[in-house]
Amino acid sequence: MPEIKVTPLGAGQDVGRSCILVSIAGKNVMLDCGMHMGYNDDRRFPDFSYITQNGRLTDFLDCVIISHFHLDHCGALPYFSEMVGYDGPIYMTHPTKAICPILLEDYRKITVDKKGETNFFTSQMIKDCMKKVVAVHLHQTVQVDEELEIKAYYAGHVLGAAMFQIKVGCESVVYTGDYNMTPDRHLGAAWIDKCRPDLLITESTYATTIRDSKRCRERDFLKKVHETVERGGKVLIPVFALGRAQELCILLETFWERMNLKAPIYFSTGLTEKANHYYKLFITWTNQKIRKTFVQRNMFEFKHIKAFDRAFADNPGPMVVFATPGMLHAGQSLQIFRKWAGNEKNMVIMPGYCVQGTVGHKILSGQRKLEMEGRQILEVKMQVEYMSFSAHADAKGIMQLIRQAEPRNVLLVHGEAKKMEFLKQKIEQEFHVNCYMPANGETTTIFTNPSIPVDISLGLLKRETAIDAKKPKLMHGTLIMKDNSFRLVSPEQALKELGLAEHQLRFTCRVHIQDPRKEHETVLRVYNHLKGVLKDYSVQHLPDGSITVESILIQATAHLEDQGTKVLLVSWTYQDEELGSYLTSLLKKGLPQSTS
Amino acid sequence: MAAHLKKRVYEEFTKVVQQQHEDLSAKKLRLTKPSKSAALHVDLCKATSPADALQYLLQFARKPVEVESVEGVVRILLEHYYKENDASVRLKIASLLGLLSKTPGFSPDCIMDDAINTLQNEKSHQVLAQLLDTLLVIGTKLTENPSVRMRLVEVACKHLTDSSHGVRNKCLQLIGCLGPVEKGVAKEAESQAAKDVQKIIGDHFNDQDPRVRTAAIKAMLQLHERGLKLQQAIYGQACKLLADDYEQVRSAAVQLIWVLSQLYPESIVPIPSSNEEIRLVDDAFGKICHMVSDGSWVVRVQAAKLLGSMQQVSSHFLEQTLDKKLMSDLRRKRTAHERAKELYSSGEFSSGRKWGDDAPKEEIDTGAVNLIESGACGAFVHGLEDEMYEVRIAAVEALCMLAQSSPSFAEKCLDFLVDMFNDEIEEVRLQSIHTMRKISNNITLREDQLDTVLAVLEDSSRDIREALHELLCCTNVSTKEGIHLALVELLKNLTKYPTDRESIWKCLKFLGSRHPTLVLPLVPELLSTHPFFDTPEPDMDDPAYIAVLVLIFNAAKSCPTMPALFSDHTFRHYAYLRDSLSHLVPPLRLPGRKLVSSPVSPSITPHEDPSQQFLHQSLERVYNLQHLDPQGIQELLEFTIRDLQRLGELQSELAGMADFTATYLQCQLLLIKALQEKLWNVAAPLYLKQNALASAAAKQILEETYKMEFMYSGVESRQVVIIHHMRLQAKALQLIVTARTTRGVEPLFGMCEKFLQEVDSFQRCFISELPQMQGSFVDKLLDLMPRLVTSKPSEVVKILQTTLRQSTFLHLPLPEQLHRASANIIEPTGESDNPLRFTSGLVVALDVDATLEHVQDPQGTVKVQVLYPDGQAQLIHPKPADFRNPGPGRHRLITQVYLSHTAWTEPCQIEVRLLLAYNSNRSKAAAKIAKSTWNESPEALPQPENGIEGTIPFSKPVKVYIMPKPARR
Repeated sequence: MPEIKVTPLGAGQDVGRSCILVSIAGKNVMLDCGMHMGYNDDRRFPDFSYITQNGRLTDFLDCVIISHFHLDHCGALPYFSEMVGYDGPIYMTHPTKAICPILLEDYRKITVDKKGETNFFTSQMIKDCMKKVVAVHLHQTVQVDEELEIKAYYAGHVLGAAMFQIKVGCESVVYTGDYNMTPDRHLGAAWIDKCRPDLLITESTYATTIRDSKRCRERDFLKKVHETVERGGKVLIPVFALGRAQELCILLETFWERMNLKAPIYFSTGLTEKANHYYKLFITWTNQKIRKTFVQRNMFEFKHIKAFDRAFADNPGPMVVFATPGMLHAGQSLQIFRKWAGNEKNMVIMPGYCVQGTVGHKILSGQRKLEMEGRQILEVKMQVEYMSFSAHADAKGIMQLIRQAEPRNVLLVHGEAKKMEFLKQKIEQEFHVNCYMPANGETTTIFTNPSIPVDISLGLLKRETAIDAKKPKLMHGTLIMKDNSFRLVSPEQALKELGLAEHQLRFTCRVHIQDPRKEHETVLRVYNHLKGVLKDYSVQHLPDGSITVESILIQATAHLEDQGTKVLLVSWTYQDEELGSYLTSLLKKGLPQSTS
Repeated sequence: MAAHLKKRVYEEFTKVVQQQHEDLSAKKLRLTKPSKSAALHVDLCKATSPADALQYLLQFARKPVEVESVEGVVRILLEHYYKENDASVRLKIASLLGLLSKTPGFSPDCIMDDAINTLQNEKSHQVLAQLLDTLLVIGTKLTENPSVRMRLVEVACKHLTDSSHGVRNKCLQLIGCLGPVEKGVAKEAESQAAKDVQKIIGDHFNDQDPRVRTAAIKAMLQLHERGLKLQQAIYGQACKLLADDYEQVRSAAVQLIWVLSQLYPESIVPIPSSNEEIRLVDDAFGKICHMVSDGSWVVRVQAAKLLGSMQQVSSHFLEQTLDKKLMSDLRRKRTAHERAKELYSSGEFSSGRKWGDDAPKEEIDTGAVNLIESGACGAFVHGLEDEMYEVRIAAVEALCMLAQSSPSFAEKCLDFLVDMFNDEIEEVRLQSIHTMRKISNNITLREDQLDTVLAVLEDSSRDIREALHELLCCTNVSTKEGIHLALVELLKNLTKYPTDRESIWKCLKFLGSRHPTLVLPLVPELLSTHPFFDTPEPDMDDPAYIAVLVLIFNAAKSCPTMPALFSDHTFRHYAYLRDSLSHLVPPLRLPGRKLVSSPVSPSITPHEDPSQQFLHQSLERVYNLQHLDPQGIQELLEFTIRDLQRLGELQSELAGMADFTATYLQCQLLLIKALQEKLWNVAAPLYLKQNALASAAAKQILEETYKMEFMYSGVESRQVVIIHHMRLQAKALQLIVTARTTRGVEPLFGMCEKFLQEVDSFQRCFISELPQMQGSFVDKLLDLMPRLVTSKPSEVVKILQTTLRQSTFLHLPLPEQLHRASANIIEPTGESDNPLRFTSGLVVALDVDATLEHVQDPQGTVKVQVLYPDGQAQLIHPKPADFRNPGPGRHRLITQVYLSHTAWTEPCQIEVRLLLAYNSNRSKAAAKIAKSTWNESPEALPQPENGIEGTIPFSKPVKVYIMPKPARR
């Protein structure tokens, strides 16, 4: 039985360190190669020794696919390709390929330069790694080798995020990566066609959540910012460089445009500027509105948003500042926060989740007095707001995607076990498909039932199929399996091709009938009986005293010992087996008592 | 009469065709039209290769073919068809056959047999499909003939088993367009095809080719459109098609389901996998709602649109469409809407949210959560959040339609509509504001909703702001804080965008008159009066202060206690505003002051009847007094005209009617005056002055008649006749005057002929109205027509003169509704003393903003005229996009006019005004002719070059001060 094996090395019943091994029809594919944010030891990267202990990885993997540029999906890539050693192809979309190295470099800087770790990948390694990357377009079918092909679908989530279909022969797997089913200000919604894969591997971050309309959130956000600015206050929005930051920028930019506001908006520089550049380039990956208005104006060329300078923080009057990092634990955002915290006119908006122990988490949980370095006590008078902007599909969105793709099996990754349990149960209940949720290192095997294509010669097809093509029909032919291909040909041709002589197989059967009459009378009776029963067949009475039904021959002779018993000889070829056996059973029942 | 005449025209016409068929032999036909059929024949014979032949055919197809030669051409084509081996040429011939049978006036039944015959031997699928298409064209031309239709349907059924999708497609299309619609017919004809067409089409619902499936559904819809009642049994099949792989099939299936739900709303269908049963319309509604989250946006748009028209659906289902159960970590969460509502009802005003404010409360039973509902759950929530704005607009429209028919639903969908005010695409925002206005009768805005609505007032788009003002005009607000909030926001809007002044004042007028009791407690605060101290008198010209006063005065109209709160200067300001902005400030019953204009005040009497009565009485008087002495008639007319004009000023509802009749009477008066002139008795050249008067009168009458015809909306054909009649009289007058003053007969010949032509065309246009015009000028003229045609110009003039004098005065019937087109230029105001300076030779853009009322088709007719001091006039056609339509009968023109001129030494004023362009061809009369003679050849149509084009100024000119400076060297 053909099977698909899936082993998560990361993201199995967990969020972070996405790395899933799939073996399908003899091909091994690795989906994503991420790092874990929660660990600083060996656990931060997937355990690649699972794949092979001492051989080269290239021999075991046919390709690696990266779904999008978030570090928990691509963070381990240079380590994997350069330090562990992999030379095969790595596939990702164009925007991912462009932005991914920026983030990797940033990650490297923080780990090596700030934390002083050694034995980490170097800038050169990132560059070398990116040389192995093959970029793909949306909906482009890429032949990895002769049998394995992959195809990218739009996934929303972040710029360049894609879902991938991996296909070998008729077996296929779809890996969603992270995706978003509701559009936002700069990205569209994920979309997939009815590709009916054998297995759909989907993320399940929000397996147990159904979210409110994004408009309410947006409106709240804008209203808060607007009110503060009108009061003359300053707004600080700590963000991470990519993804949500652009979303919020577009949101504020369009709002400023619409409402004719004049207060300045600043963006703390750094890698964001570089990233914004790529956002400007990859307009085709954004949503309808940005794509349509791009001819007049590229939405990412912000009119109201300018680069931030340290000195601006002390300027009087209202302003809005986006600053990194997002959890207020270090860097520029924390500096600005310290400056502004004392004024109750100001406001800080946390647009995402904050890890415990960070300043962000403290102020969100209502702490008003913070102890800073050097035993300083900082009193927070400014308003603190929380606003969630997340670009993952919620439970409804996941179900919607499953409905669109119509998979035969579903496998959940990238979520918490408890939440997955709920969704798994729901999926099984609604769609009547099997649903799996393996833990890290646990292998799930899925048996597939692939259909195998067979070539048929045109002559045979024309001969065998009737006009009515709708109903299933039995056809005769010879199946030739040769050189990995299947062909269905007519028996004659098969014989010719294989150089074999034709043998005829004939079945002969004797049926005893009690009939005192003469032989030819018996024959006549049998003839009449058969003619009456087999209306659709041509029943003939030949001059030599035998009967033919199609090509089946029936002869009657008197029994040597008992003249009252007639022996009917029925003979048919193998091809007529069906009719022949029916005829025999018919005759065995005896002839009807005729009046004549 | 008209019907009879039409019939006659038709009969004549058919006779002509038959004559051509019978009398003109084939030989002659070829002789007279050698360019067509014969040439084609020669060409096709000459063609050596299929490519050549194809070229000839392509060339041939570019030229039109006359009706008479169609059949000949068809024969030749068919001849070649049988000979031709190349499929592409046969295909072209087949398509040409279809094209030719479309020729107006040609009856294709003669070629039908041939077309069917060609089908028998055809092998190529493409040609077959094309031939079926041709048959479809033939069939649609011969729809009246049931036997032809039966035959064609039979042919189509025979080819339904073809292996090519194209052929099956066409067959289904043919059956859809021609299949028997009445049950009776189907029974009569006992042929094969007469068996149920629906069944035949239904069998192809699960064809293997998606295109054929689509065609089958479309054919079914076509049958429905033609009036066949579809069977309910199809419903099940159609539902299965909703899950089809192909979007066009799903899209068509959604339509089919909608049709069925409208046909059998009340029948009961079982819910699969349970024993329950629901109404079909509810089930269909649920299914279509499901399609709102389809993968293809085309289907989503289709589904969202159709939802709006399913009004029979039960409210329980309807309300589900707005329901989306939120949860977070398996715990029930309230939506932001619910939270807002709760905050409001608990009396606390939303103060912003803390982290975890939306923290989920109760646990959810995991079994009860249904993630993909089969029902309507959240369909609109999804639709309104869709990625494509087309879907969002469709969803908003559907919401609007459903909310209009269900007040409770309107109340529920309010939150969602308010949310749409913040959509990223302006069209969607605008659409949702309009929707809200349409359903505003059913709703009352909560304070938090009002807050969101008012936030949009700062939008930089003028359209959005104005739409919002319109919305506020008809909104119900629940609290006095709401009113205050609205006022504050509107004033903020006013300071930010001063150009919105008019619109804001109007908005406040309605806001005040709708909520007098809510305004009352706010009055002291708004007027900043103090119980003990006098406060300084506000500036009378401050637009914001005027805005506040407009609100208060309109509220005071139905709240008699309010004036007691006014301070002295408020009364003074009232008097001033009542005079200067009378359309915004209503008459008030103020203490110690007489009602200024008691007869006009709407509170006095149901005045509608008396004034209308007055109008009719005065008209009656005029029409009855036919035989008064000329002096008396003139006086009576003058008085009546004066009365009517005054009535029009006083009664805005009757203004159109009064003006219209006054204009008519004015024309009559001018005519009478002109005919009273002594000039007629004396040798012409001696009385040049009177002569000038008469010709001026004729000219004026002509102008007035054009005004009457084109400036009023609601003019019916009865009035058009009278107007044209009056015009005819004026032309006769012109003719007489010219005859009198010019020497020699040469020019008169032409004029007479032209006049007679006009009489003729008048007769043709208004033949049905003639009986009602007994004793009139035209009636008499037509009696004398034979004589007129043969007589000399001088005699004609004489006859005209006498008939003109003897003819009676025609009664002008009044239509139900009559409105005079009017325009008001809001901007430029014409008050500015600062000249607009620009360098000569370059252009300067002048913003023009005007409101138009009762103008039909403003895009085509309204022009802007700029008059320079040197007499130079410039006519500008505004772009169609410059016109907005804020309400029925009203339009708004916001455009830019480009000015340029050579250098002037000092600033000077130019005039800008709006013109109404007309073209007598576009008039109703011309349309009528065109309709009655649709099947005549183009030459028989009234000469289009006869149409008179002109313009009527219909707005007050506005002066703009400009100064083109000489360019600096």
